[in-house]
Amino acid sequence: MGLLSKKDAKLITDPLADNNPITIQVLGICSALAITAELKASIVMAISVMFVLGLGNVVISLMRNIIPSKIRIIVQLIVVATLVIIVDLVLKAFAYELSKTLSVFVGLIITNCIIMGRFEAFALGNGPWRSFLDGIGNAVGYGVILIIVGFFRELLGAGTLLGYPVLGNPIPGELSGLYAYGYENNGFMLLSPMALIVVGILIWIQRSRNTSLIEEN
Amino acid sequence: MSKRTDSNGYTMIFAVIMVLVVGSLLAFLASSLKPNIDENKRIEKQQNILYAMGVNENEGTSANFVSTNVAGDMFQEYIKKQIVIEGNKISESQDAYLIDVKKQQANAKDGKVRKLPLFVGKKDGKTFYVAPIRGKGLWDAIWGYVALDENMIVQGAYFDHKGETPGLGANIKQRYFMDDFIGEHLMSDTGVFKGITVAKGNNDPKNEDKTDYEVDAIAGATITGDGVSAMIKKDLAMYVPYFKTLKK
Repeated sequence: MGLLSKKDAKLITDPLADNNPITIQVLGICSALAITAELKASIVMAISVMFVLGLGNVVISLMRNIIPSKIRIIVQLIVVATLVIIVDLVLKAFAYELSKTLSVFVGLIITNCIIMGRFEAFALGNGPWRSFLDGIGNAVGYGVILIIVGFFRELLGAGTLLGYPVLGNPIPGELSGLYAYGYENNGFMLLSPMALIVVGILIWIQRSRNTSLIEEN
Repeated sequence: MSKRTDSNGYTMIFAVIMVLVVGSLLAFLASSLKPNIDENKRIEKQQNILYAMGVNENEGTSANFVSTNVAGDMFQEYIKKQIVIEGNKISESQDAYLIDVKKQQANAKDGKVRKLPLFVGKKDGKTFYVAPIRGKGLWDAIWGYVALDENMIVQGAYFDHKGETPGLGANIKQRYFMDDFIGEHLMSDTGVFKGITVAKGNNDPKNEDKTDYEVDAIAGATITGDGVSAMIKKDLAMYVPYFKTLKK
């Protein structure tokens, strides 16, 4: 890592595993449940959050010395909302198709607790470059979980990945692939409760691999 | 140490300046990008109407519009007539496709006469009547365009939504759902308008029976599906009088 000092590199790598926003801090669960029914939505959401969190952290960090502490939460909210609206407007004007795919997530990004959490916990106390790294790191940590959950939910729930049928053709009479042997899609995977269960399994796996994460009673 | 940023005066001034800066920035952006956005929406409408009557670039299982730069020309080529139905009055207008269905629905609620646009297209010698529909899904608006023949048999459908759940309700704009409507009858043999219900009962999973007034619902998208049924029943029923005049 020639570009990043060891301390800076940790800002990126920590949220990927041992300080993951979803599995350790349990933030951003609402969007993780809502939009992971298909892989494409997960990827789009991950990229959107990375953009907003990276940029938002920098803006808040630059303003950190002039923000009145009494209204800092509202100021943070305005910054997120403004960024999201700007992105939405620009996409609508210049990449209309993409903006339609994204439109569902715009509201979800503003209310994503990870964003407010990082503004409050990190950007208010650190410089712009470190805040930027922290934002990207957390967004990647969030995105990785989203993509893993989206992968399993779409694969097991609909038998497709990114919309392509990977397990064969499930239409009765034209059965092929796994379906010809009696395999059936699990429709329950498409519903939100299964996202919670998949996230739970990920937390379980992570904690059994790294026992230092388990809290003592 | 008391910081200067803690005083009430500073907080007030900061809030006012922040609101002014952010407000004018967004207002400026919104108004300067509005022509672009409106143009995109206009082209999209043309693409939607063409899609419903089968002028599209579908491949495999994906739904693709004709590309944006040819949409205008294709629209001119395939859409022969744009009709506006206003009560008993029927007129033609080149801009009927710009009629805002949402606004017209609101007008109808206020007791005014609703303008109903209908697009008459011709492709491979066949005539299509494309009608816009609009309703409510689970979270927000859903809308679509349905192409019919003279007997109100569905020839093609396009649905879209503002904010249905990805993977569930949002799948109303997937080929497998939209294509199910093709061939479905809206009218009974005796001339009674039945509509099409998005039904959960799996009597006809392969959708072979085209006169059951039902298509298969999407699992986990009940309310969106009900919304689709409702907008088809409500909005297309208004075109029945016009289609009856075609038969005379």
